[in-house]
Amino acid sequence: MSEKRVLIVGGGLAGLAAAMRACELGLEVDIFSMVHVKRSHSVCAQGGINGAVNTKGEGDSPYIHFVDTIKGGDFLADQPPVLSMCEAAPAVINMMDRLGVTFNRTPEGLLDFRRFGGTLHHRTAFAGASTGQQLLYGLDEQVRRWEAQGKVRKFENWEFTRLILDKDGKACGIVAQDLTTMEFKSFPGFAVVLATGGPGLMFGKTTNSTINFGSATAAAYKQGVWYGNPEMVQIHPTGIPGSDKLRLISESARGEGGRVWVPRKAGDNRPWNQIPTEERYYFLEERYPLYGNLVPRDIASREISLICTKEGLGIGGRNAVYLDLTHRSEEYLLKKLGAILDIYEKFRGVDPKKVPMEIYPAYHYSMGGLYAGYEADGTGRLLKDSPLNQMTNIPGVYAVGEADHQYHGANRLGANSLMSCIFAGLVTGESVVALAKNSKTAEAPSSLLESECKLEEESYKKLLAQDGPENPFVIHKELGDAMSAFCLIERHNDELKQLQGMIDGFEIRLKKASSLDKSGSGNMSAVFLRQLDGMITMSKAVVDAALLRDECRGAHSKPAFDNPAPSKETPIEDPAWTAYYEKFLAQTQTWLKTTVAKYDPNQSHPVIEYKPVDTRHLSPEPRDYTGVGKKAWKKFMDKRQATETKA
Amino acid sequence: MSKTVEIRIKRQDSPNAPTYWTEFSVAYEEGMNVISLLQAIRRDPKDKSGKTVAPVTWESSCLEEVCGACTMVINGKVRQACTALVDQLEQPISLEPMSKFPVERDLRVNRQRIFDNLKKVNGWVEVDGYHDLGPGPRQDPADQTTTYKYSECMSCGCCMEVCPQFTLDNIFIGAAVLGQARLFNMHPTGKLQMPERLDKVTQDGGIQDCGLAQQCVKACPKHIPLVEAIGQLQRDITLSQVFGALKK
Repeated sequence: MSEKRVLIVGGGLAGLAAAMRACELGLEVDIFSMVHVKRSHSVCAQGGINGAVNTKGEGDSPYIHFVDTIKGGDFLADQPPVLSMCEAAPAVINMMDRLGVTFNRTPEGLLDFRRFGGTLHHRTAFAGASTGQQLLYGLDEQVRRWEAQGKVRKFENWEFTRLILDKDGKACGIVAQDLTTMEFKSFPGFAVVLATGGPGLMFGKTTNSTINFGSATAAAYKQGVWYGNPEMVQIHPTGIPGSDKLRLISESARGEGGRVWVPRKAGDNRPWNQIPTEERYYFLEERYPLYGNLVPRDIASREISLICTKEGLGIGGRNAVYLDLTHRSEEYLLKKLGAILDIYEKFRGVDPKKVPMEIYPAYHYSMGGLYAGYEADGTGRLLKDSPLNQMTNIPGVYAVGEADHQYHGANRLGANSLMSCIFAGLVTGESVVALAKNSKTAEAPSSLLESECKLEEESYKKLLAQDGPENPFVIHKELGDAMSAFCLIERHNDELKQLQGMIDGFEIRLKKASSLDKSGSGNMSAVFLRQLDGMITMSKAVVDAALLRDECRGAHSKPAFDNPAPSKETPIEDPAWTAYYEKFLAQTQTWLKTTVAKYDPNQSHPVIEYKPVDTRHLSPEPRDYTGVGKKAWKKFMDKRQATETKA
Repeated sequence: MSKTVEIRIKRQDSPNAPTYWTEFSVAYEEGMNVISLLQAIRRDPKDKSGKTVAPVTWESSCLEEVCGACTMVINGKVRQACTALVDQLEQPISLEPMSKFPVERDLRVNRQRIFDNLKKVNGWVEVDGYHDLGPGPRQDPADQTTTYKYSECMSCGCCMEVCPQFTLDNIFIGAAVLGQARLFNMHPTGKLQMPERLDKVTQDGGIQDCGLAQQCVKACPKHIPLVEAIGQLQRDITLSQVFGALKK
């Protein structure tokens, strides 16, 4: 029955998890992916996947995982989906283990867990240094099993270009393009799941794969799907600068003793081993004596970036600092970090056991994404089998994985993304089954399928014929450079306004760009015109939302509106701390809300609106990783409450 | 004069079109890899003589040698383009598509055959369901070290490109797929489906077509012990045939 087909766009962790769950529950699935699903971006995840299994007997629990995640995201995440995810996490990890994922083991043969940022517990299961790849393969194999039974059809090397909506505005199919023959085709289906990953390439060179255009997101957004928290994007402190992309060196390099430094004097161009210790500036250790090199990601990224751009101390005047492991023995490094050091050596041609690595922060992940809704039960958890879980504002259209806006708020904790992708994928599988059961599903008249396909063919023909003087790949490079310079590590309103003007300029130039290639086979350039248009569209949502949000929250750092904690001293009853807390509460009142960007075809910029955040389980408090403010905050709030009660 | 990188690329405009070579000259930058050369070419798609040509088509995704997409033949050797550093390559750098898979355009080939073959050997663990069934079986950490190695296989096809038995027009399933069959036979649950998997491995185009040239293991970018896998599969097949005969 064709109307019972689910169309899943994207074959990373989220899309494949949704597919196998939907198949298990009796549906048939079509999967669309720009690459063979086994080559999806999920393979790039290194560190691991979080779940409070408490193997180490530390008293860890799903509730503590929930608190860490909400706090890590600076309270911007809706709490019911996060609570449900953290409670399901141990079972999800067990399921992946049963599927054959080669997780590292304890001597007793149990799953091993490692430490990660933003928590005090060993909560991260891992498979060597390629956990994302291993998890993806586990799901890929299961989906292949369903494919062998005829329940799954795969359309790999196809690109989604359009949602097909029926007369009531419900999803009833998609249009996609075969990237070899370049032909378009319509596919009917009662539900469309967008599991298409993040839009990282708008930032140019990033840790993302070359397929992370965000073009599916842009297409859906242009057809009316809302986009949540576009301004919330994560920067990883330790990327490897490269001429084609920025690769990642896992946080574990610093966990195993890696030290970050630059020459103390600007313009000191001596080789690293001729700079004596006293002339090296271990700036993280000096500035943050307690946490040193293991300060949270946002702080480390900001410090490394500013020491190069504002203080001019980058190695050789470039945007790079040393991440030094050379004081550790080769044997120790091989045992603990072999795999990631191997990657560095392969790409940089230098052995990091002998020569310090050169690293620089890199755009890494989008917390924001297509607006994914949910239905909560009476206990504040996801209502099981509700068709609304992960559904966007358009009936029958779902968003899941990095493509959705849920779970991570304003900052994602390391190793939480793999969990959110798989968990939400499984939930989405259940949601589409519920949708198929509970409601009259959309039907796709063949005339509509044809006319929508025709629309896409026509717009592609126009792109192919474009013959202006501009090269789209050059425009993309400039877009990426501009976004990275003005909208990444720190944001300033004057620069963001300037950036808006630049993006408008890129948009005008795109219309004058050439498709470069008139061929009807494997044409990457004509397709790129469409992909670049998507990046420009989405970059406007990111920049406009960043300009409006006048505060610092998680990864969104706007120094002009910062509310820094007054000092490291114990703050009880200190008027400076009281003022800090008062300002925090005022800022929460104004800004603790989800940004919703809506595309408006009648104007060149999105309409930005806000929705309240569901904080039913945990009240917002200042993010404090030093521990000094805990008692003082409680005292402050108690006092405040007493005053309010009296009044 | 500024330093340049000289490149020759074997091209093909569509699946059945004739092949031809185009020479390019790209400005050198420190740390360049083959991917960045291809990116530079598309930002200014002109051949060495300055004539405008269509940008080159190739496949890529992760650029960290974990996805397998950007596999091509570089200076005669099959490998991933992302880890091919310009400073370590002799010039002119020659780029060709893999020869054991049908070319779609330029350097992009169709490797669907690998994924179809994974289907043929039941390349998965048969589980009862995706609901909460508690922890999986306990496993010796030493076994994990072995299986992890096999599980790094990214279906890139390097082992098939160098295999004398694997050709464009035959149906041999190739070393990587045999390696995966071995992987699932080692898993405590996957082992339960070993008889069926072994049966599939010996069907047309199966393990018997391996000529033991042992080129696969040398070409594997992840150093997966493919020859060992094939040897173990053969032993398992013999054992199961002997026991099968005894049972009868």
